[in-house]
Amino acid sequence: MALLHIAEPGMSTAPHQHRRAVGIDLGTTNSLVASVQSGTSAIITDATDHALLPSVVRYRVDGQIDVGQAALAHAHIDPANTIVSVKRFMGRGINDFQPSQRLPYRLVDAPGMVAIETCLGRKTPVEMSAEILKTLRRRAEAALGGELAGAVITVPAYFDDAQRQATRDAARLAGLHVLRLLNEPTAAAIAYGLDNSSAGIYAVYDLGGGTFDMSILRMQRGIFEVLSTSGDAALGGDDFDRRIGEWLIERAGINDLSPQNLRVLLSLARRIKETLSTQEAMRITLPFAGVSAAEFVLTQAQLWALTQDLVSKTLAPVHRALRDAELSIDDIDGVILVGGATRMPHVQRAVAEYFKQAPLTNLDPDQVVALGAAMQANKLAGNHHADDWLLLDVIPLSLGIETMGGLVEKIIPRNSTLPVARAQEFTTYKDGQTAMSMHVVQGERELVSHCRSLARFELRGIPPMAAGAAHIRVTFQVDADGLLSVAAREQSSGIESAVTVKPAYGLSDDDIARMLTDSQTHAGDDMVARALREQQVEAQRLLEATQAALDSDGDALLSKVERSEIATTMSLLKEDMHGADAQKLHQSLDALNRLTTEFAARRMNRGIQRALSGRHIAELGI
Amino acid sequence: MSVTITPRAAQRVQQFIAKRGKCAGLRLAVRTSGCSGMAYTLEFADTTQPEDLVFESNGVNVLIDKKSLVYLQGTELDFVREGLNEGFKFNNPNAKNHCGCGESFTV
Ligand SMILES: Nc1ncnc2c1ncn2[C@@H]1O[C@H](COP(=O)(O)OP(=O)(O)OP(=O)(O)O)[C@@H](O)[C@H]1O
Ligand SMILES: [Mg+2]
Repeated sequence: MALLHIAEPGMSTAPHQHRRAVGIDLGTTNSLVASVQSGTSAIITDATDHALLPSVVRYRVDGQIDVGQAALAHAHIDPANTIVSVKRFMGRGINDFQPSQRLPYRLVDAPGMVAIETCLGRKTPVEMSAEILKTLRRRAEAALGGELAGAVITVPAYFDDAQRQATRDAARLAGLHVLRLLNEPTAAAIAYGLDNSSAGIYAVYDLGGGTFDMSILRMQRGIFEVLSTSGDAALGGDDFDRRIGEWLIERAGINDLSPQNLRVLLSLARRIKETLSTQEAMRITLPFAGVSAAEFVLTQAQLWALTQDLVSKTLAPVHRALRDAELSIDDIDGVILVGGATRMPHVQRAVAEYFKQAPLTNLDPDQVVALGAAMQANKLAGNHHADDWLLLDVIPLSLGIETMGGLVEKIIPRNSTLPVARAQEFTTYKDGQTAMSMHVVQGERELVSHCRSLARFELRGIPPMAAGAAHIRVTFQVDADGLLSVAAREQSSGIESAVTVKPAYGLSDDDIARMLTDSQTHAGDDMVARALREQQVEAQRLLEATQAALDSDGDALLSKVERSEIATTMSLLKEDMHGADAQKLHQSLDALNRLTTEFAARRMNRGIQRALSGRHIAELGI
Repeated sequence: MSVTITPRAAQRVQQFIAKRGKCAGLRLAVRTSGCSGMAYTLEFADTTQPEDLVFESNGVNVLIDKKSLVYLQGTELDFVREGLNEGFKFNNPNAKNHCGCGESFTV
């Protein structure tokens, strides 16, 4: 007999029609699944009542695949085949990982995304994440009594296109219908019911196992908007574990620790850290033989002193997020804590002191994201009233297109709310140009070479026209999941070309962070570089046009003296074009422009005469 | 009134209502649909309707429309856990057959 849940008034589904929908927090350290039943969002636990599924996958020689606790238990015995923190590999290329990171895996450079060679063959991060998702799907289906209609999966707000696409692919591979990818901080805000407030600005402070994410959200007239994001991709609860580990090593006088014992020590450190969140002191016994001391007591106060700098380190990104959103602390109506590591009292205290208000903590910080995702899934699956809130997220980095001379024309600026569509017109650069290649880039800098390349495609079959006569409308569209599609259309002929950006995977958080700081520190340089590039493009264009004009009409319309004057000025301009002095280049450009004005006028007159005598002006290339 | 809510179910209903906020009570009903005739519905109620019978069982305000009551006489609403699955269950002496999945029944 199927079990029933309480529905909202008038929302009972017909038998066999209740749409089972779940929210999934696919975390770096832990993953969870939740669903709304009887109007309440709740975590779905496994058969042994565990809510958290460690995000660990182990490939076994016997062909089995372990996920979660069973895999984690073998991390120290079989490190090469036990993959932890797979989220860090999603959508990344091999070059995003420095050899100095000393990962215990055999990384291979696969097309698009890094892969790992395991005892069961080459596995991609998408496949590994799919194993985690499959485990959660099975757990949910067992608990909800049937197949799932869909899932909302959360991703960090700063995840780029490649990372989102990889997450979506993993879900598909796990047999899940993705209702939506939802930003983690937004999910947390939904869980706190902030979507029911009329308006407000909220800070979401998320300190997880390996990463720190800071986001500022605005709720207004039923709309959620991510105003800014920042963080530290290499800061989390694990760093606190390492601190405690180092303290123990020093106290116990350990000189040399095998990788296996290091794992043991770190998991002990983690237990100590978690215990000291609610206990004032803890007695510790080291499980190693031959150490100078094996019994210690660590107090809460000692732990705090040992790790206070890690806590302080989170405040710089907090500050940055506020600055990016152009807000001050007084503007913040509420602070939400997310991530298991925010259970530590000194973290909570630091956040409270910084924001001058007590953060919201009544929901479990490591469950809050999944709870919010489930609420969103419930609505998207149609199990709820129509008075839906709308969710808006932002794109983390600007999207643009390469224009002449390697410059970036931004089409959608960073932090634009999603979904978004923007169009801009471009034109041809050369006479008779019939194709135009589009290069889609992401980043804040002015030069293409400083941004990240997302995709290239071509618009062919443009009718031959004079340079600048074609109207090519390029439309960028980013959907609610943050995925980009780009279309180009030549307006007079209607020919079109489009790509959905399935980007060459590979932008790391570090890249994002670097690109953002670069764009700020290099803003001045960039302007100079841009000015120079613009002059260079202009120079190139003028030189080509002048040469073409000389070739066709030089003999007929110019005297010998005029012609040699023009030639000299052209060669001067060519020289300056390759230099770095924008000022000088500008002068040479001006000189050639002035010198050829008269020549251009003569050509124009002749062109008009010819046109009047029945020839088409476009053929003259004026 | 011969429709009852077990103490265990009542406790869960009260928890859900407390989380949801304002609520006139719990609405039990029967409607025709499904593969073998009729189906139970269980909803939060924001308002009472003129055709409703309202009564209390173990501290929960229960609303049942008169038509549904015909099929629900003697029914007990329970909250049970079956494997990993938790939820409400109607123990209805009037029901003769359930369809395979148990979501609908005939009288
Ligand atoms: N009671 C506690 N006190 C202190 N730290 C805790 C406590 N409970 C969990 N943690 C820490 O929280 C971290 C895991 O947090 P969480 O599950 O939110 O991570 P995640 O979201 O998967 O990770 P990430 O931010 O890397 O994506 C671990 O470092 C764990 O030790
Ligand atoms: Mg997290």
